[in-house]
Amino acid sequence: MMFKPAFIAVLGAALLATAFAAQAKDTGLAYVSSEKDHSLTTIDAKTLAVTGVIKTCKRPRHMALLDGGAKLLVACGDSKTSDLIDLATKQSVAKVNLGDDPEAFDLSADGKLAYVSAEEDGALNVIEIASGKIVKSIPVGKEPEGVKVSPDGKRVYVTSEVANMVHVIDTATYQIVKNINVGKRPRRFAFNADGSELWVTNELGASVSIVSTKDLAVVATLPFEVKGMRPDDITPVGLTLAKDGKTMYVGLGRANHVAFVDVATRKVGNLVLVGKRAWGVGLNKDGSRLFVVNGLSDDMTVVDTAAAKAVKTVPVGRVPYMVLVDD
Amino acid sequence: MIDRRWCAAALLAAGLDAGAATLTIGVLQRADDERLDDKRVELAYPAQPGGTLDTAVQMAAKESQFELDNAKLQIKIDVRTANSPEQAKAAIQQWGKAGAAAVVLDLPAAWIGPAGAGSTLPLLNAGDANDAPRGAGCLPNLFHTLPGERMRADALAQALMARRWNRVLVLAGPSPDDTARLAVVQASMKRYGLKTVALKPFKMSADPRERELGNPLLLTGTSVGEYDVVWVVDSDGEFARLLPFRTALPRPVVGDAGLVAEAWARHFERFGAPQLDRRFQRAAQRPMTGPDWAAYMAGKALVQAALEQPAGPTAATVMKTLTRPDFTLDGFKGVRLSFRPWDRQLRQPLLMTDGVGVIAIAPVDGVMHPKNVLDTLGADAPESACKAK
Repeated sequence: MMFKPAFIAVLGAALLATAFAAQAKDTGLAYVSSEKDHSLTTIDAKTLAVTGVIKTCKRPRHMALLDGGAKLLVACGDSKTSDLIDLATKQSVAKVNLGDDPEAFDLSADGKLAYVSAEEDGALNVIEIASGKIVKSIPVGKEPEGVKVSPDGKRVYVTSEVANMVHVIDTATYQIVKNINVGKRPRRFAFNADGSELWVTNELGASVSIVSTKDLAVVATLPFEVKGMRPDDITPVGLTLAKDGKTMYVGLGRANHVAFVDVATRKVGNLVLVGKRAWGVGLNKDGSRLFVVNGLSDDMTVVDTAAAKAVKTVPVGRVPYMVLVDD
Repeated sequence: MIDRRWCAAALLAAGLDAGAATLTIGVLQRADDERLDDKRVELAYPAQPGGTLDTAVQMAAKESQFELDNAKLQIKIDVRTANSPEQAKAAIQQWGKAGAAAVVLDLPAAWIGPAGAGSTLPLLNAGDANDAPRGAGCLPNLFHTLPGERMRADALAQALMARRWNRVLVLAGPSPDDTARLAVVQASMKRYGLKTVALKPFKMSADPRERELGNPLLLTGTSVGEYDVVWVVDSDGEFARLLPFRTALPRPVVGDAGLVAEAWARHFERFGAPQLDRRFQRAAQRPMTGPDWAAYMAGKALVQAALEQPAGPTAATVMKTLTRPDFTLDGFKGVRLSFRPWDRQLRQPLLMTDGVGVIAIAPVDGVMHPKNVLDTLGADAPESACKAK
């Protein structure tokens, strides 16, 4: 295990120091992690100009804001520790243990725990961020990926890409409550507005499975179709809910489009052409712009959500993975 | 490292009621397999096996433990060896009587027909790429997860076509396998419009009287005319291994050395491939080869088919599921894989590698097919010689 007391001490101090600090201002930037560059690209969320590059750990993937938005926690697939970046100085201020080969993670409501999918081990690790201590390691199906904590914080959902299922884990007992079979190669999650539905993208199922969070069962499967493309070319991965809760935006991977899905009717509306292999998607604060990272064209397409039209495509790092908009 | 999931799985299994259904999968391998002699395995010739295939089948079963537990299905992998087609047939018959659901085969192509005749068990060939059991010698219950030679040749031909390396110097070895595979290569070259500049036999020999046959410089001299690429057909591998960088003209080598089309290759970076590689390395203490991948996929296909009938997977229900057109598999190659109805070959992309990286994937961009582009690799429905349905 990669427990590093020195780093942890630094992190503890860093957390303490910021605990009483004023809430950090929104930086107005979009942060894009790129798996091959060991860095994050920053883009001005208004002008859409690339403003710089932040050096980070090896193979950065999932990111989340910490300390009221003052810091950014970055999971690093190929480093032994993950990175905590101060957004004011754009410098790494601490190394955080998120276990070996973390892919995605989500935070507990109090921000103290990280639930991390450990791709290599086939486990969901529960990690106390301040100490880096693994509180619990829960074995799940191979290649766990998407992690999502329920709005009430009582459950954490994790996909297994190999077992084709969603594991539902009780955050108090760390027991698996239910294993739900979904489509092929399930990847990421998003809740609907009231949290009654959990949407799961099935990369090789060319579909989204909609899970009732009350019954813990699949209530609908929504297949995607793109004119002129075969189902095999449609590989949905990233998804996010519109700010008004009415639309779900789903990146269709190799189909190079983003689908606008009406949440109420579960019908696909607009399909917006973006770059090659549209994966990670993120919204700005007012929901007017959707940022879509294109894993195979090393760029990011910004979509005007009202017009359902691509506005601009900006170059980012090599093999971009995720975008986090902090405007 | 202790895999905690196994402890959990074992406990779960112990807690299951005695009435839980069991899925029995046979794995039939050749006894005294000379391909697996220590010294030969050490040479690690491309597309040749690196060890017995049961490890990969076991791994596929273990990785499915959550789904099996969910369905209250127990799994048993029964590994046996045979040193003749007769022994292989007897083993398959015994499994049939004992209620096994299917058998994964790593047998020589010539044994498969006689060994499988008369059985109704689904048989999944993971170990031999010969096209005969995929064509005229096919059986109605015989599936193939390892790509056939024609698929491999088509993949390379596509790559050459895409690069406009149309002028090919073909070098072929003396063994009957080489002769058969040469015919396959020529058919693929014809399909993709590649031109044979010259076809030359080679022979492993340092005899000065045979230097025209054994010396790479003489074999590839310019007297044959200009060529873009050398395609070497060497089923053994010893000659091909030392051909790249020894040609008279500075031209790449493809086929059984240089750029090779395989079911699986190391250093493939996408679609969860590195994770699969690492899991196999941990389980087997060696890298995953093409046949290992094929055996893993056979195991995965059978578990997945059985999970659709968890109450009691039988040979008949598994067979029916495997042949369903919408039965698809995730093979860590980014697209859904399925069995072709005409010869029950698993359609799949092939990886082209020089042993260092995955240089290209077939079907290459731009190749088209009216139904499924994966069917541009290997015998398509109209040309298939398999008549057993």
